[in-house]
Amino acid sequence: MAAIHSFYIINKSGGLIFYKDYGSAGRMDTNDSLRLASLWHSMHAISQQLSPIGGCLGIELLEADTFDLHCFQSLTGTKFFVVCEPGAQHVEGLLKHIYELYTDYVLKNPFYEVEMPIRCELFDINLAQAIQKDRVTLLGR
Amino acid sequence: MIGVGKIKQNTNVLDKPLSRGKQEVSLSAFAFLFSELVQYNQTQVDNIAELERRLEDAGYAVGARVLELLCHRDKGNRRETRLLGILSFVHSTVWKVLFGKVADSLEKGTEHEDEYMISEKELLVNRFISIPKDMGTFNCGAFVAGIVRGVLDGAGFPAVVTAHFVPVEGQQRPRTTILIKFAEEVLEREARLS
Repeated sequence: MAAIHSFYIINKSGGLIFYKDYGSAGRMDTNDSLRLASLWHSMHAISQQLSPIGGCLGIELLEADTFDLHCFQSLTGTKFFVVCEPGAQHVEGLLKHIYELYTDYVLKNPFYEVEMPIRCELFDINLAQAIQKDRVTLLGR
Repeated sequence: MIGVGKIKQNTNVLDKPLSRGKQEVSLSAFAFLFSELVQYNQTQVDNIAELERRLEDAGYAVGARVLELLCHRDKGNRRETRLLGILSFVHSTVWKVLFGKVADSLEKGTEHEDEYMISEKELLVNRFISIPKDMGTFNCGAFVAGIVRGVLDGAGFPAVVTAHFVPVEGQQRPRTTILIKFAEEVLEREARLS
């Protein structure tokens, strides 16, 4: 049983640059995933304005009854978020690890244009390994 | 007043001893620099063969200098005259200095007398690079092929050096092979010396 339903990366203007779903629970077709990405981008931006305390960087965790949404925003405004089952542990660590994979296998790739959809084989391979390892450790606990 | 005060030591940079140099360089820094090198050359060319040639030429310049430096620093100014000597020099010493480890394997080609192959599971320069499908067999290892060609040319062993991806069973990522094809005169000289 997958802890993570789906994984999204959106660029600083809100466009979806990477989408991967794991298991049938989170599956979405292309248009829906694009729509959700721009929806999340707007909500994230609005939450920064809504915050009663200044210096808010945006939503990090959204808890609903059937899923959790964890979001990590890099200093450059690129957002990495996962939709996972409620109560999943250590997702923050996983997101930071995926950010490292992004900086390695996407940004150091000369054939990748920044802010464009990600089509890097090495990133896919390493991302699958990271999610698999995470799934194994979760089941082992 | 001019002339008053400490006299500046004007040591000529050529008189200073050659240092061992920093043994370690940041991999990320190199990866970004190499990525920029490839992107810059991509803007200057129209096709993939040109891009490979440019990367090779960039590597050639590195190879020529690395040969001079290593001959002075590591080998005490001894010159290799035999084929196997220069090949094991490239396979071990040059690889160790540039990539931190010796190359995975050195093989003689079975089909032709003048072909030798240095293989590596994954070249350091290719570690973070994913070639898009529409670029076919392009390999950024052409840079390393250029380095090898520069070393061999400078040592007096002219050769044509190319980098190829070799698919391996059971592994997702193909191996990289640097194919070295020596010129006629090298083989003739080698035959004379044996």
